[in-house]
Order: sequence, then C-alpha cells, then structure tokens
Amino acid sequence: MFVAFYYLFRKIYNKIMISLILLLSFTAAVPFFYIAYFVFEKGFDVINWNFFTQLPAGPGQPGGIANAILGSATMVGMASLIGCPWGCFLGIFLSEYQTHPLSRILRFVVDMSISTPSIVIGIFVYSLIVTSFGFSAYAGALALLLIFVPIIGKATEEILKMVPHHIREAGLALGLPRWKVIVQILIPGTMTMLLSGVILSIARIAGETAPLLFTALGNPFFSKDLSEPTAALSVQIYEFSKSGFADLEAMAWGGALVLISFVFLINFSTRFITFIMNPRYRNNF
Amino acid sequence: MKPLSLFFKFPTLKPDVHVGDRLFSFVVQALALTFIGLFCAMAFVIFLNSWPAFSEFGLSFFTNSVWNNWKQEFGVLSLIYGTVVSSILALLIAVPVSLALALFLNELAPRWLAVSLGFIVEMLAAIPSIIYGLWGVFILAPFLRNHVQSFLSEHLGHLPLFSGPYYGIGMMCGGLILAIMIIPTISSICKEVFRTIPHANKEAVLSLGTTRWEMFKVAILKGSFSGIVGAVVLGFGRAFGETMAVTMVIGNKIALSPSLFAPSQTMASVLATQYAEADTKLHLSSLTAVGFTLFIVSLLFNSLAMFLVWKMKKQLKG
Repeated sequence: MFVAFYYLFRKIYNKIMISLILLLSFTAAVPFFYIAYFVFEKGFDVINWNFFTQLPAGPGQPGGIANAILGSATMVGMASLIGCPWGCFLGIFLSEYQTHPLSRILRFVVDMSISTPSIVIGIFVYSLIVTSFGFSAYAGALALLLIFVPIIGKATEEILKMVPHHIREAGLALGLPRWKVIVQILIPGTMTMLLSGVILSIARIAGETAPLLFTALGNPFFSKDLSEPTAALSVQIYEFSKSGFADLEAMAWGGALVLISFVFLINFSTRFITFIMNPRYRNNF
Repeated sequence: MKPLSLFFKFPTLKPDVHVGDRLFSFVVQALALTFIGLFCAMAFVIFLNSWPAFSEFGLSFFTNSVWNNWKQEFGVLSLIYGTVVSSILALLIAVPVSLALALFLNELAPRWLAVSLGFIVEMLAAIPSIIYGLWGVFILAPFLRNHVQSFLSEHLGHLPLFSGPYYGIGMMCGGLILAIMIIPTISSICKEVFRTIPHANKEAVLSLGTTRWEMFKVAILKGSFSGIVGAVVLGFGRAFGETMAVTMVIGNKIALSPSLFAPSQTMASVLATQYAEADTKLHLSSLTAVGFTLFIVSLLFNSLAMFLVWKMKKQLKG
C-alpha cells in the first residue's frame, strides 16, 4: 500500500517538475517578444523621412537623428576596418600556433578582455587619449576597436579549429609553406563562416553605449572633423530618454527601432545564409 | 623540467625555415604582442589614474558608504552593496530559468522547437543594452509600479524588503532587467556543460527505473555541478559589469537601503552618470578607482568561471 503511494508520488512529482521546466523555459522567451513588440509599436510613430535626414531638435520641433546614424557608422566603420584583420590574425595565432609560448597568454588575455565590462574600456581610452586630445571620433573608434578585436579573434579561432587536421597536412604534404596553407587553404575554405562572424560582431559593437559616453561624448550637430566630439545612435537614444519630454522620448523609441532593426536584420540574414551554405561547406572537405 | 615549462609548453616543432613563414609568423606575433601589451597597458593606466584616490582614502575607500562631491569624500560601500544586491537578485531569477531552459532544449524539446527557442534566446543576447534600458524605464518600471509593487507593498509592506514608497525604477527593476540579460549567457554555458555528460550515464540512471526528473537530478544536475557553478559565476560577472540598462532603471541614488523598491546605484552606473561631468581631480580619480575595482573583480570572476568549466570538462574526459 505504502509502496504504491510512493510510486504515485514520484510520478506526480516528476510531472510537476517537468511542467515547471516547460513553464520556465517558455518564460525565457517572453521578454524577447515583449521588448520587440514595444520597440516596433512605439518606434513606427516617429519614423519618417525627416527622421533620417534632420538633426536632433528641441522639444516640440521636428527633428531627426541623421548625425547620430552617420557618427555611429563612422566609428563602427573605423573600428571594423582595423579590427577585422587584427582580430583575424589573433584568431590565426590562437588556432595555428598553439605550441607557441605566447599562445596561452594570448588566449587568457582574449578571454578576459571579452568579459571586461565595456565601461572599463571607456575609462582606459578616456585616460589615454581624451585627457590629452579631447573627445573625438578617434577615441570612440578606439574604444569600439578594443571591444571588437577579441570578439573577432575568438570567433576566428573557433572557426579555424573546426577545420580537420588532415586538410592542413595535405597542404603541407604538397610542399606549401605554412603561411600559404593558412592564406590559400584555411581562409578561403572557411570564408563564409569568417564573414558571418565578422558581421555578427559588427552588429554587436553597433549597439555599444557605455564606452562611447566619455570618449565620443555625443554632439547635437554633424561633426566636421574626426577629432571633434561625435554623436552616436546609442548615445543619442540615451540622451533622448533622459530628456523628460514626451516627444523626445518618442524619438528615443525611433532610434531604438533603427538600432534593433539593424541588429535583427544582420542576425537573421547571416544565420540564414550560413544555414544554407553549411552543408556545402561540409562537402568541401 | 625547466621552471618556465610549468607555464609554457615549449615549441617542439622545428623553427620556420621558409622566408614567407618567418615573415607571416613575425606579423602574427607582433599583432598578438600588441594586443597583450594594450591589455596590460589598460590595467596599468587605470591603476595609475586611480592611485590618488587609493592613497587619499586607503582602505576606507571600500568601507565608507559616503559618496559626496561637496565634501570631496568618496567611499564605494553603498555602490558595492547596490551592485551585489542587484546581481544576486538577477541570479535568483535567472539561474532556475536558465537551468530549466538548458534542460528543456537539450533533453525534452523536439528539434524544431529547440532550434527556434534557442534562436529566440540568442536574439535576446543580441539586443543592445541601451534598448533593454529604454524598455525597462518606460514599460517595465510602470508595470512593476502599478501591478507588482503596489500589491507587494499592500500585503508584505511590513517586511523591510518591501517597505517604503515605490517608484517602479529601483533595485527590483534593475535586478529583473539584469536577469533577462544574463539568461542567454548562463543557459548557453549550461547547455554546453550538459552536453558533455555521456549518454551512458543518463541511460544507466534511467535503467534503474527512475523517472525523467530523477534522471535529470542525479545524472545531469549533480554530474555537472561545477560546470553549473562556473556558468553562474560567469553570469554574476556579466551582471556586475552591465552598465547602460542598469543606469537607466536603477534610479541613480547613492544610498544604502534594505528595501527592494528603493532607488540605488551600482559601480558601473555611477561611472556612466558621473564620469563625463567629474570636475575635481579627486572625484575623477575616485571614479577611475571604481572602474579599477570593477576590472579586477571581473577578472577574478571570469577566471574562476573559466577554471570551473574547464575542470568539469576535463573530469568527464579523463
């Protein structure tokens, strides 16, 4: 009698725990829809042609975020132009020179700098550059670069490590030097994945705010020069949201819509393309 | 054994003979060294700039809860309190959800559901922090104020945890936002860790006649305990350094209050709000010292987390 009850209890307990697991894991997806819904609903109200071509204006006047979009594009562009080759070389070092004495140190440093709070990187760039040269797009780009490089390095390492060893050995057996094996075999063979890694990382630094707050600072106008304070989309959203005026807060939602669309578009398209290309990539080897 | 070989594995390959190889490895090494150098420079520069504050206040910098620009007296105790409490609140919510999510995606869900739910959670990680903040301050905070905090205050208001006036923004909102932001981190590590448990272990437990949940408990959760701790520590580190979203919802008031409703301030958010406006040298240096503390704490937490996950994987392999 008791044993039968015990079995029943265990079965019921099992059912309860499994349904709890189900419930909790679906709860995790709720914030995504909640956030996406409000950003799209509130953002669409202010999106029009002026929004993309005008400068930010005071409360009650029509304005836009043209300078912020331009500033973000400049800084992210500069950071990714330098960061892509640099990060890829770091990844090559981590995956192809594993016996090198520096390799372990570099891996530790890369892991640590990925998880360093981005505001700390902002402080570093402030102390290094801003104190002597002032707020500028260069400082903002440097802060973004320092976030970008380790992410790219880690991604490249993971991708190159997926290439089986016999591919490298085949190249070496043909008499190719190591650098040609890397440049002519490994990199072309993993190009799609490397590119998708780079593009996803660009989406990630495009939304960074904290390191730009006191390196690029923000600017209500177009900056004439890269050595001037520069507006950035994320910083502009922050400024709008603190303003306390309803129409400027609406502009913040518009900016958020632009930012989130950019991030989602990149994520969806890259993942879709790599998903399609993946079987072909596998057949190559 | 050479003493250095405790730290380095010395190369066993022959040195590169090809000119191109030498050039290539030179470039790669130079770029790697530059990055390592920059990282060390970061630690050094931040420490150097925070030295005036450390030498002025000494250890009382960490035990003093007064942060006053008028009196030029700076102590980070209340900031540490705000950071730790909001992070722990976030973990209390995020850990059960992430564990459940990882179990569900790995063991229970059909493939199409696992792929799509996993994708949604990954997208949660891709949303920029500023958008979380915007959503938190305009949607979540009013919701908390009108529906959750009013209810808690009415029924549990005699507890210090739920005492005082409620504004929506404050510790509770900060913790909730942080929880949403660290769920992707913790659940992805847990997923990875759970996958290292061999199938034979799970089948062995099931063959003893256990229910599904008992198998999860015995074979997966207990078997990967140190990996789970690693994931939690990593999530804690992430919550610790999170800046923008927290700055926007925590209320930015430097005070020690036991109530979850009260506005507070974290180490990262004080940097975001005051750094660009710091006018005296001591203020700037104290803020930099806060940044240095943040940096060191994140280094410690992340190396601990990496070590725990690595240890668990090694155990299972060996």
